[in-house]
Amino acid sequence: MAAQIFSAIFVIVVGVGGCVAYFWGANKLVDIIFPSRGVAGAAAIDNLRRQGMIRPWLFVGPAMIILTIYLIYPVVETLRLSFLDRGGANFVGFANYEWAFGDREFRTSILNNIIWLAVVPAACTFLGLIIAVLTDKIWWGTIAKSLIFLPLAISFVGASVIWKFIYEYRGAGQTQIGLLNAIIQYFGGQPQVWISLPFWNNFFLMIILIWIQTGFAMVILSSALRGIPEETLEAAVIDGANPFQIFWKIMVPQIWGTIAVVWTTITILVLKVFDIVLTMTNGQWNSQVLANLMFDWMFRGGGDFGRGATIAIIIMIAVIPIMIWNIRQANKETGGH
Amino acid sequence: MAVSTGKSFASRFGVHIAVFLFVAIWTIPTLGILVSSLRDKDQIIASGWWNSFASSTQTEAGRLPPASAQVEKDGKFVLEGNIFGDDPARDISAFGVKSSAPTQYPAGTTADLGDGETLQLNPDGSFVMTSTKPFEGERGQRVYYASSAPPKFTTDNYNTVLFSEGIGRSFMNSLTVTIPATVIPILIAAFAAYALAWMRFPGRALLIAVIIGLLVVPLQMSLIPLLKLYNGVGSFFGVPSKTYLGIWLAHTGFGLPFAIYLLRSYIAGLPREIMESARIDGASDFEIFVKIVLPLSFPVLASFAIFQFLWVWNDLLVAMVFLGTEGDQIVLTAKLNALLGSRGGDWEILTTSAFITIVVPLIVFFSLQRYFVRGLLAGSVKGG
Repeated sequence: MAAQIFSAIFVIVVGVGGCVAYFWGANKLVDIIFPSRGVAGAAAIDNLRRQGMIRPWLFVGPAMIILTIYLIYPVVETLRLSFLDRGGANFVGFANYEWAFGDREFRTSILNNIIWLAVVPAACTFLGLIIAVLTDKIWWGTIAKSLIFLPLAISFVGASVIWKFIYEYRGAGQTQIGLLNAIIQYFGGQPQVWISLPFWNNFFLMIILIWIQTGFAMVILSSALRGIPEETLEAAVIDGANPFQIFWKIMVPQIWGTIAVVWTTITILVLKVFDIVLTMTNGQWNSQVLANLMFDWMFRGGGDFGRGATIAIIIMIAVIPIMIWNIRQANKETGGH
Repeated sequence: MAVSTGKSFASRFGVHIAVFLFVAIWTIPTLGILVSSLRDKDQIIASGWWNSFASSTQTEAGRLPPASAQVEKDGKFVLEGNIFGDDPARDISAFGVKSSAPTQYPAGTTADLGDGETLQLNPDGSFVMTSTKPFEGERGQRVYYASSAPPKFTTDNYNTVLFSEGIGRSFMNSLTVTIPATVIPILIAAFAAYALAWMRFPGRALLIAVIIGLLVVPLQMSLIPLLKLYNGVGSFFGVPSKTYLGIWLAHTGFGLPFAIYLLRSYIAGLPREIMESARIDGASDFEIFVKIVLPLSFPVLASFAIFQFLWVWNDLLVAMVFLGTEGDQIVLTAKLNALLGSRGGDWEILTTSAFITIVVPLIVFFSLQRYFVRGLLAGSVKGG
């Protein structure tokens, strides 16, 4: 263990030192090869121009290399692998895709992902918006927001344990130690094994993600609400608008762009949801989702990279529209710079 | 918002109630594992954690002494003693002799068991059993009783989990993964962000678009090719394919698009005059970056560091693919996941382990919330 701590410290020193040495050294090298001082005027201008051409690439170089190895190459490679067999040796055309759409577990996953996509972003955005509006009106709103925001710092695995404890089941009539079943039993209902109830178990898993992500929606929307000009709201009050009208007709339309950002961010997160399903059910009782299915196929029976890659590609296809929209938005914003 | 006109007392009261309810729903789950992690492990399964300050009642079974212990008194055969034996006494509220009705008789009363037998069990555990006929048999009468134990809080669970369940070791592993994986991307991203914000070169706009596109590429796309790559590199050089170096670089790669995006938008917003006057004074881009841009960017660097720290600390997927599952490599999240499988019903282990895994993020979160929120607002296109 001591060796491990030592090697971690060593890596920080070497990593940071290496980065500094590279950036400083490469920069110095350019200055030496193309000197701009102490040479004749025309040559100096020429060298300055050359420096200007090279230096940006020195700055972005390391980032580009890492991005290429860890993200760009894998995207291309995953696409290629999805047309190959399990070992990645033989070309199989669209066989993996045909398999996927014929596979019962895959169809369950797609269906579940669609339900997740329909419920979680909507629930988080809606709850986040309500809480943002309500907490703005009271003196202890900041404390309330902090507490609702807190689950965002908790890992999905930790959150799964927290909620598994809430869903814990004991036979009818026994002392329930799971909060949910205790409440149900207190009011005379039958305790249930929530995470294995067909179909509804999906919702009990979604609650975990909603619990985590509502704080995110709340913080972003709360800051957008602060940006609404006070005069607009005052004018609405003077015109006799009631709080509901102010909410739906003034506030929501004003922050529509932010709502869209929150919605898409949570949508991407939902597409990749993995930890919660793995730890709560591992896809049993019809609760499978794409990301967990993909992980499963990566290692199932020694690993089937063709099928795993195919599932990854399908998740990617779902993300592409959001990706294009993001790039367009960013181009609009930075167009002038 | 200062729109407060025309608001009745009732509606203001309603807002307080509603917010209070939301806060309760959002905090009670976490409170549950914190309280449970500090409870005695027998009490965790005997009563819900919300009752942990009340005495917990549990139904137990015991056996009276065998017939050989009987004495004859006033023409009756009597067995006397204490059901707890040498164990510390608890408070018995009810007892019974049938498993179907374990709490049939209140403590202290004399139960008529039929056939001329009676049994009295007192709250302190002492009992008197009488019979008109001599007792027979090797085994004594089975007795069920409900006893209540006073609330008991302990840090034993933490000792167990940290030192014998391997959570302590995993904690160190998580730190080993997280700190380099947080530090390394910062410098690389900062230089790239400065170049993309303030240097002119062909292809800059394309690079920015690529980075924004990469922000949302699902991690799943990278897993298989990188796993193959790592296995290939491992077997080529004859080194293990699952190493800390591998996961540091992987987290660096996955964190870079967000880092560059976040830092670029901040650095691009720095005042142009500062850069230009420095350039007129003869400062090179390198000097401008080190002496002006880096110090001014401290808030956004802190935001990114917190994000990356939380993301790496909380990550399960990358750790499961690129690190081993043995004690010397398994991180907290993976360990907790493994415990869920192997110690499924042992809530004293699970709640305590879960609390240990979330305590570092919670400290980071509470102490640096300002920077965290700032980063969140600036970079909310990231998918996590």
